[in-house]
Amino acid sequence: MAVCVAVIAKENYPLYIRSIPTENELKFHYMVHTSLDVVDEKISAMGKALVDQRELYLGLLYPTEDYKVYGYVTNSKVKFVMVVDSSNTALRDNEIRSMFRKLHNSYTDVMCNPFYNPGDRIHSRAFDSMVTSMMIQVC
Amino acid sequence: MEAAAGGGCGSGPPLLLSEGEQQCYSELFARCAGAAGGGPGSGPPEAARTVPGTVTAAAGPVADLFRASQLPAETLHQITELCGAKRVGYFGPTQFYIALKLIAAAQSGLPVRIESIKCELPLPRFMMSKTDAEIRFGNPAELHGTKVQIPYLITEKNTFKRMDDEDKQQETQSPTMSPLASPPSSPPHYQRVPLSHGYSKLRSSTEQMHPAPYEARQPLVQPEGPSSGAPGAKPPRHKASLIRSFSVEREPHDNSSNYPDEPWRITEEQREYYVNQFRSLQPDPSSFISGSVAKNFFTKSKLSIPELSYIWELSDADCDGALTLPEFCAAFHLIVARKNGYPLPEGLPPTLQPEYLQAAFPKPKRECTLFDSYSESMPANQQPRDLNRMEKLSIKDTADFPVPTQDVTSDDKQGMKRMSFLPLGTFYLSTSKDSNSLKARPRSRSYSSTSIEEAMKRGEDPPTPPPRPQKTHSRASSLDLNKVFQPSVPATKSGLLPPPPALPPRPCPSQSEQVSEAEIHPQLNRAPSQVAESSPTKKDIPHSQPPSKPIRRKFRPENSATESQEPPSTVGPVSAASGKPHAAVQKQSSKQKKAIQTAIRKNKEANAVLARLNSELQQQLKEVHQERIALENQLEQLRPVTVL
Repeated sequence: MAVCVAVIAKENYPLYIRSIPTENELKFHYMVHTSLDVVDEKISAMGKALVDQRELYLGLLYPTEDYKVYGYVTNSKVKFVMVVDSSNTALRDNEIRSMFRKLHNSYTDVMCNPFYNPGDRIHSRAFDSMVTSMMIQVC
Repeated sequence: MEAAAGGGCGSGPPLLLSEGEQQCYSELFARCAGAAGGGPGSGPPEAARTVPGTVTAAAGPVADLFRASQLPAETLHQITELCGAKRVGYFGPTQFYIALKLIAAAQSGLPVRIESIKCELPLPRFMMSKTDAEIRFGNPAELHGTKVQIPYLITEKNTFKRMDDEDKQQETQSPTMSPLASPPSSPPHYQRVPLSHGYSKLRSSTEQMHPAPYEARQPLVQPEGPSSGAPGAKPPRHKASLIRSFSVEREPHDNSSNYPDEPWRITEEQREYYVNQFRSLQPDPSSFISGSVAKNFFTKSKLSIPELSYIWELSDADCDGALTLPEFCAAFHLIVARKNGYPLPEGLPPTLQPEYLQAAFPKPKRECTLFDSYSESMPANQQPRDLNRMEKLSIKDTADFPVPTQDVTSDDKQGMKRMSFLPLGTFYLSTSKDSNSLKARPRSRSYSSTSIEEAMKRGEDPPTPPPRPQKTHSRASSLDLNKVFQPSVPATKSGLLPPPPALPPRPCPSQSEQVSEAEIHPQLNRAPSQVAESSPTKKDIPHSQPPSKPIRRKFRPENSATESQEPPSTVGPVSAASGKPHAAVQKQSSKQKKAIQTAIRKNKEANAVLARLNSELQQQLKEVHQERIALENQLEQLRPVTVL
């Protein structure tokens, strides 16, 4: 369902980015990059006192003509960005939330691997397969 | 050989084979054809469609052969199409030869086209396995025994042509195959012998292991078990890389058991080894190994980090960042397999799942306690099983799935042991490769805990090197504190001297007395006062002198000690002189004096040593402080910012 999934580190560099129509990758990379500003804006808008109450799921970051971009931030400032096709109207908010939850769980599994250095690109096959399962319905 | 017959080739040019190729191909064809003729179940239905009168090779053995060439499946499909077998439905001689030629072309890197085969090509290379041969002619026993020898000799010639680097190993195989011929009663026998020289191959050519034939063999193992025909054709299909065959060969008779993925099955010995390694890292077998500890341990295996990361992903089933005992065994086994060239599986094989491991080897705790202490809590059925595993070597009990690993004779245990010692090879590549060959033979004679202890010893060395140097204060290691303090012990026997720290003040007055006593009597031209002065000065001077002087004094006999100082030197000859002419009283006093002096020297030396040690430790402390500061800085940077 998702067209592009990206995991961005705290320092705003990508740990993992993958998109389904592979010929247009650059476009999605650009979209994810621009969405980072929106993420920061949303985070700062919450205010300092609300850190605990801040929700991890940020919701729709911004819609474009063809796509919608959703965001999710973890407590360690790792951001998940998901781009979905606008034409896919069957997607509800809950589904997006569940997809982010799955992403987060897989990400923590990757973190648990002692051979993974935080800050490296994510090469885990389990993570890949999970992302594929999320994206597979587009093709 | 022309391609015109049978219309095998699309374009129809004559296929020219060199003499070597001709010989080789005809033999291969004969084997495949022989397999077709002899084995009722081996050939798929295509063989039945053969034109009567033509000799054809059944697609089954041909497929094996092609897979053994290690070309990708698409290439093989292309080759099969091109050579026309698909069109005509069978592998006639022409199709077969064309296919072989195409294989050679593909292996040389040329595209799979008809044009490729027109040029001169090297012979196609096939990595074939011995298991097919053995399984095929395993069951109908005696007849095949004699036939084994001859095809092996023939095969050797072929394989000499193909695989130059494995000549020696081929030769070693043929003599060992002959004893195999005599009692060929069941498949395990055949499997055992390859194990013995398969291991030698392991050490020399671990790179020979390729996944493709292995995968090919797995489906082969099952359908061809029953097809025990075609003895003459199949035995020659042995190959050099028996390494992967040894773990697989052990288990083909397990096809009837639950899981077909044999190399992922942990044998009993491996299990014990893994458990021991686990215990070396974590004494309690029922608790976890933390991620960092496991990471350090597995990094020693010298696999790449991505591979280790993937192995961890596979084995840490609950993704908690720690390994329980079954998870650890699974991870270790995967590492061992990977070191031996097996590709890592896509998912954790069922035999390595934690539940399976827990069930197959229930209560690893119990096994450990068996090693440690005989606990009566072990149920009765466990005990006989454990005893069986460890003591009775020939149990043919195929009912239970852990038990097939016991389905052995002493020879088979060799194989198991060798597989179990592969982890040693993987971890300690340089040294163990040679020594394992030596170890292999004594191991075969005595299957006892000694071999496991050796493994344990070998295995335990690298995991625990780091702490030692620090304990001995590496920089100060040249000064053995024990040796420093020991000589002071006999000095204390004299009874004059209290423990070293309290020593210096006391003997001064007594020694000065004794010295003065001794000096009065000797027949020297020095005033006793001078000597008396000299002795205190002697004591003072060493205190202020650099530490090297006391050491020098220590190692020299008292008579020749301290040429650097004249006053002390008088003490030596004084004491020596005093010993000679005078009464026993003076001798005793001189002895006491000597003892005291040696004690003093020792103590001074000890002081010096301790002072040096102290300074070194101070330095180390400073360094550690700095490290700590650096780490704290890093931690600060890494700590997530909680306030925006």
